[in-house]
Amino acid sequence: MPALDLALKLKAQFGDLISTPSEFRGEVTVRVTDAERIAEVCAFAKASLDFDFLVDISSVDNYGSDPRWTVVYELYGYGHRCHLRLKADVSEEKSELPTVTTVWRGADWHEREIYDMMGIRFRGHPDLRRILMWEGYPYFPLRKDFPLAGKPTELPDVAFTKPAPLEGGPFVTLPGGKTAVAREPRVRTPE
Amino acid sequence: MQTSTELAYDSKIEGDVVVTRVDAALNWFRKNSLWPMPMGLACCAIELMAAGASRFDISRFGSEVMRFSPRQSDVMIVAGTVTYKMALALRRIYDQMAEPKWVIAMGACASTGGMYRSYAVLQGVDQIVPVDVYVAGCPPRPEALLDALIKLQHKIEKQPVVKELEIASALASRSDQKVGAA
Repeated sequence: MPALDLALKLKAQFGDLISTPSEFRGEVTVRVTDAERIAEVCAFAKASLDFDFLVDISSVDNYGSDPRWTVVYELYGYGHRCHLRLKADVSEEKSELPTVTTVWRGADWHEREIYDMMGIRFRGHPDLRRILMWEGYPYFPLRKDFPLAGKPTELPDVAFTKPAPLEGGPFVTLPGGKTAVAREPRVRTPE
Repeated sequence: MQTSTELAYDSKIEGDVVVTRVDAALNWFRKNSLWPMPMGLACCAIELMAAGASRFDISRFGSEVMRFSPRQSDVMIVAGTVTYKMALALRRIYDQMAEPKWVIAMGACASTGGMYRSYAVLQGVDQIVPVDVYVAGCPPRPEALLDALIKLQHKIEKQPVVKELEIASALASRSDQKVGAA
């Protein structure tokens, strides 16, 4: 499996920094134990392992457990056509890790989106502004403790938001229900 | 037996003269050349384009001239989901439109926020601009938009233009006097 070989090469270079590669349905994932060195790992992956394309960066909110954030990097090489996923944990107190815009310039907007939605900062980013919400919006709406309906905000003469009427929602779908009634989206308050 | 009276202009009787009221004439001009500002923000814009194309042909109602400049348009057709970020731009464009101006909220999203009950979406464009006609549908058929346009034309027909102009000029002269006194 070429992707696994590439992951093992990454581990051979960095040792304990990289976890043992895990494979699930043909997708190879490695964890980077120290998020502070993510840029270094990515630079090596691009320069020596030909991962010349950063598909996406996303972030996970592990609300209630520590460390709270997981930042996920999806790498691809046009030469060898292999995918590799890197995961790095970031604590809530820190909420910061180095940028990879120095490695792939396309990381710019991905990192801005994560900053906008989750509030994780990227050190060394050339232009870390909000990208979807407007400048001055006080919350990070994709965090688990942010209500779907939103919170009221006001910037005089610029913008406002009000909580959206949910009519008893949000409506939750439960997979694996035996009947259509059990599966369909309904108001389900957690016990 | 004659059941209806001939109301149309008859050149044999009236010659080259048409008698009407100023209100009626002005409103007639206005309602038959409503140039839209196509505020296409989501899938409703596709139906708006269909309304402009040959099958539905919005030009039958004098509204075929889609102006992408707010300064040249009369009616803003808000076609789609208005996010809070876009709401700023939408309000700015509305402010730049010259009077008289009207707004059609096309579809569920523009009217109420639609299915987007979320932190990011404005729950009805009437929170930031005055809406004249709401169109139901997700997205509405082009016929529904044309119906809204006809409804707006009926609304314009009844507007007391001369009275409004008198009031406006009276207010303007009063504020001029205040400026002169100060």
